[in-house]
Amino acid sequence: MESKPAGNLSIDGIHVDMEHLKKGEVNLGTSIMAALFDGGVILGADSRTTTGAYIANRVTDKLTQVHDTIWCCRSGSAADTQAIADIVHYYLQLYNVQNHEPPTTQVAASIFQELCYSNKDQLQASMIIAGYDARHKGEVYSIPLGGSLHKQRYAIGGSGSTYIYGYCDANWKENMTEGECVEFVKGALAEAVKWDGSSGGVIRMVVLTERGVERKIFFPDENYKGNGQ
Amino acid sequence: MPGFDFSNHTRNAALHAKGMPLPKATSTGTTIVGCIFDGGVVIAADTRATSGPIVADKNCEKLHFISPQIWCAGAGTAADTEFTTALISSQLELHSLSTGRKPRVVTCMTLLKQHLFRYQGHIGAYLVIAGVDPTGTHLFTVHAHGSTDKLPYVTMGSGSLAAMAVFETKWEKSLTREEAVDLCSEAILAGIFNDLGSGSNVDVCVITSERATLMRNHITPNERVPKEMSYKFARGTTGYIKEMVVEKKDLKKYVTIVDLGDAPASGGTAGDAMEVDA
Repeated sequence: MESKPAGNLSIDGIHVDMEHLKKGEVNLGTSIMAALFDGGVILGADSRTTTGAYIANRVTDKLTQVHDTIWCCRSGSAADTQAIADIVHYYLQLYNVQNHEPPTTQVAASIFQELCYSNKDQLQASMIIAGYDARHKGEVYSIPLGGSLHKQRYAIGGSGSTYIYGYCDANWKENMTEGECVEFVKGALAEAVKWDGSSGGVIRMVVLTERGVERKIFFPDENYKGNGQ
Repeated sequence: MPGFDFSNHTRNAALHAKGMPLPKATSTGTTIVGCIFDGGVVIAADTRATSGPIVADKNCEKLHFISPQIWCAGAGTAADTEFTTALISSQLELHSLSTGRKPRVVTCMTLLKQHLFRYQGHIGAYLVIAGVDPTGTHLFTVHAHGSTDKLPYVTMGSGSLAAMAVFETKWEKSLTREEAVDLCSEAILAGIFNDLGSGSNVDVCVITSERATLMRNHITPNERVPKEMSYKFARGTTGYIKEMVVEKKDLKKYVTIVDLGDAPASGGTAGDAMEVDA
């Protein structure tokens, strides 16, 4: 039997066929990441959405809530990732009602994987799922294009991530404090935004701890140096 | 079954491959904008519809009614914006009747995005949704593939770059109703004058918690002036070689005339007369 490349991957199974992107589709040429620290997890993202060369939204929120303390970073097609996040959001609400307890991050990540894998030929979506629950504390999962699921201590994604593999490998430490982790995520995304033309705008962050959810925002005109308010 | 029929797709693709050109859809190469102000939201649109390089309609309406306090501006394929907004308007009315509540803008946005996502971008509707509902004032954009954005000021269509340039230089955080109407109008004018796909007039719709006001042709910067000269031909311009006058009594020589008179037509009887309930 002749082997055909799955989905939008070329014959080598690595390179994405960019021509396959639907014409005029809105894309999240993105820099996203999530990282564990001692006591929780932080999600981070830039805020640029593009249609070809035009920036369709310069203050996009790519950090999407799918349950109280389970969030995801979206990259790829805006339409596909929004549709997936909406469906997962629905399933997690249903899970909460049927089981009289909130879903774990792993449950959420599994639902994401199921959707991403079974529809891989029609989707252009890669996501990072991060959540906090009292039993497992912070957790980070990444689902790249093919629909595989990886539990990681930190994950990076989107077109801008290629520029910060070295930065993250050199600067990530086990058991960081919350403050150290904010600086790590901010430093990494600031580099990604600097080198990647498809990423830009503000840096958004979501901090998940036993205190609950906390949002942060950093502005480019302050060189991302602000206090996150 | 409701929805679209794709059964001719393969045939059309084969015909197209053999060199038959695809039919041209009337597209609204458009400028549409929206902007939130203190106490409501404004949306505006130009009024040019194009079919390739031809202006198909000089004064079309791109502001669509969804519900009394939710309106929608449409860019992209004219037929698709027209029918999707009508379809969702209908679904929203039934939903509001069954729940006994006023329709919400998020509900409208969700119905639209799920409908457009299902058709994977084949329905070429690019929309700006605006409205006031019990939860507050809202402004969204929806792209044909089903992605949505929520922003304080938005532009879409081929003139969106010109319009966004106006917003990015003049928009302020707090605007009055008049300031918002003027800002949106100016953004549309930028599209009308700088984008080939946009033109003619400015339509504006203002929505507040009390009412929605549609201002059709709010600005008409392209009024046709009366012609300076008359191009009527003077009598006798065309020469002729023969003149003949036919009197009514001589008409039978040239055509067959049947006099119908007052007699009922054949087969027609009094029984065919319409009955009216007593």
